[in-house]
Amino acid sequence: MSAPAILVENVTVHYGEVLALDSASLTVEPARICGLVGMNGSGKSTLFKVIMGMVKPDAGTVLIGGQPPSRARKQGGIGYVPQSEDVDWQFPLSVKDVVMMGRYGHQGFTRRASRADRAAVDEALDRVELGDYAGRQIGQLSGGQKKRAFVARGIAQGATTMLLDEPFAGVDKRSEATITRLLRELASDGCTILVSTHDLHALPQLCDEAVLLMHRVLMHGPPELVLQPENLAMAFGLDVLNREETGS
Amino acid sequence: MMELLLEPLSYDFMVRAIVTTALAAVVCAVLSCWLVLIGWSLMGDAVSHAVLPGVVLAYIVGAPFALGALVFALVAVTLIGVVRNTSRVKEDAAIGIVFSSLFALGLVLISVTPSQTDLNHIIFGNLLGVSIPDLIQVLVLGVVAFAILILKRRDLTLYAFDPTHAHAIGLSPQKLGALLLGLLALTSVVALQTVGVVLVVAMLIIPGATAYLLTDRFSRMLVIAPVVSALCSISGIYLSYYLDTASGAMVVLTQGVVFAAVYLFSPRQGLIGTRLAMARRRKAAVLAAG
Repeated sequence: MSAPAILVENVTVHYGEVLALDSASLTVEPARICGLVGMNGSGKSTLFKVIMGMVKPDAGTVLIGGQPPSRARKQGGIGYVPQSEDVDWQFPLSVKDVVMMGRYGHQGFTRRASRADRAAVDEALDRVELGDYAGRQIGQLSGGQKKRAFVARGIAQGATTMLLDEPFAGVDKRSEATITRLLRELASDGCTILVSTHDLHALPQLCDEAVLLMHRVLMHGPPELVLQPENLAMAFGLDVLNREETGS
Repeated sequence: MMELLLEPLSYDFMVRAIVTTALAAVVCAVLSCWLVLIGWSLMGDAVSHAVLPGVVLAYIVGAPFALGALVFALVAVTLIGVVRNTSRVKEDAAIGIVFSSLFALGLVLISVTPSQTDLNHIIFGNLLGVSIPDLIQVLVLGVVAFAILILKRRDLTLYAFDPTHAHAIGLSPQKLGALLLGLLALTSVVALQTVGVVLVVAMLIIPGATAYLLTDRFSRMLVIAPVVSALCSISGIYLSYYLDTASGAMVVLTQGVVFAAVYLFSPRQGLIGTRLAMARRRKAAVLAAG
């Protein structure tokens, strides 16, 4: 059997006095889409940072495709789609420029684009149906197109594991469906995808499995099961459960 | 007209002034493109002031100015980080405290150093007194900084735009940030000669900001900023020659005026320019409809 795409084992992270992750464990097999659900401050971003190797855990092990994160990064295996609010949308770069940044790990000292790089970028843009928007300044796209541009960057990079931070924030329903379809296609091609999201309604269509996080992994299973109100209550507190019940 | 342009060139010191300024203007302008986009303008201000004690100490011991400047740029950045991270003082305050203190230290060192004339020029610049060795130093440092900036421009832009992605593909955002700070220190030394410590920051911010208002392409910013900056600097020197004003200050003032014009009239971002463009479009639409 091949190594799991993402292996997080008993990882603990403190920021000073604050406990962000408490012996969290998570295994995602290749070509699966896993949704990460939890409140603000539940450790979702910290888990992403640990997987990317930006935060060194106090304890525990992280392996990406059976390798330490540093080696997986060097090989270009980890793609990252940032949260909208973390991006400077006024930055003077075109959609194509941004997607080309996915190729930098494969390029030489000055990151001069080869014909193969340009072909990979065009192909990735077509794949996310942004071929006609290649020359646009990155901020001149709709919410959903912006997300797809960053997914294209991961595709051009050849990432085998993709991390998406809140991909549905500020995205309308139709774009949400487009992104969902795109991610499903990528997964069926063998890409492993970890998505953190607040949008619980989108989870069943998108994900093969879901994880409830509250500093530790409370639950990991099929989305339908994880999204049951009594389970969500564990991660979000009882208040949410009450509102859910009166709402339905 | 031709005569007006050629007359100052008959003086060697004017030729040296123009060459030095144009060179410093180009290097500073290229660097400024990243500084304004990352939001490091204040950092540029800080580093360009904080290098003063380093330059003075280098003068005293006879070491290259660039070395002293680099050391003190590093000291400044480290101190800013320490104050910010280990106290409740916020970053802008930390920057203000550190750079003004180091700048003051530089002034104190100047006041106790014999042969003050040379060093006073570092504060306000001494364009018209640029010597051949000064020119060579500016040339060497400027070419080195320029070459590194251009060769590493794609990595630096990636660092400015999305350091997390840089990390994810195995690059080191810390190293790229350090590289940019080192280049900032180096460039500050280049510009010291021309406009002086006090006004270096203008050369490090205005050209990038001006170019940013004119284009949506970073690659074009890297052309527009140095061209505009070099033209402004040369015009500034000519103006100072004919108006008999302070040359360094005139260079900066010209850059500021050009920025103001772009700010108002840029067709893309300008306050008035965008409205004019809109009115023109509306008029065209009315004509087409009629």
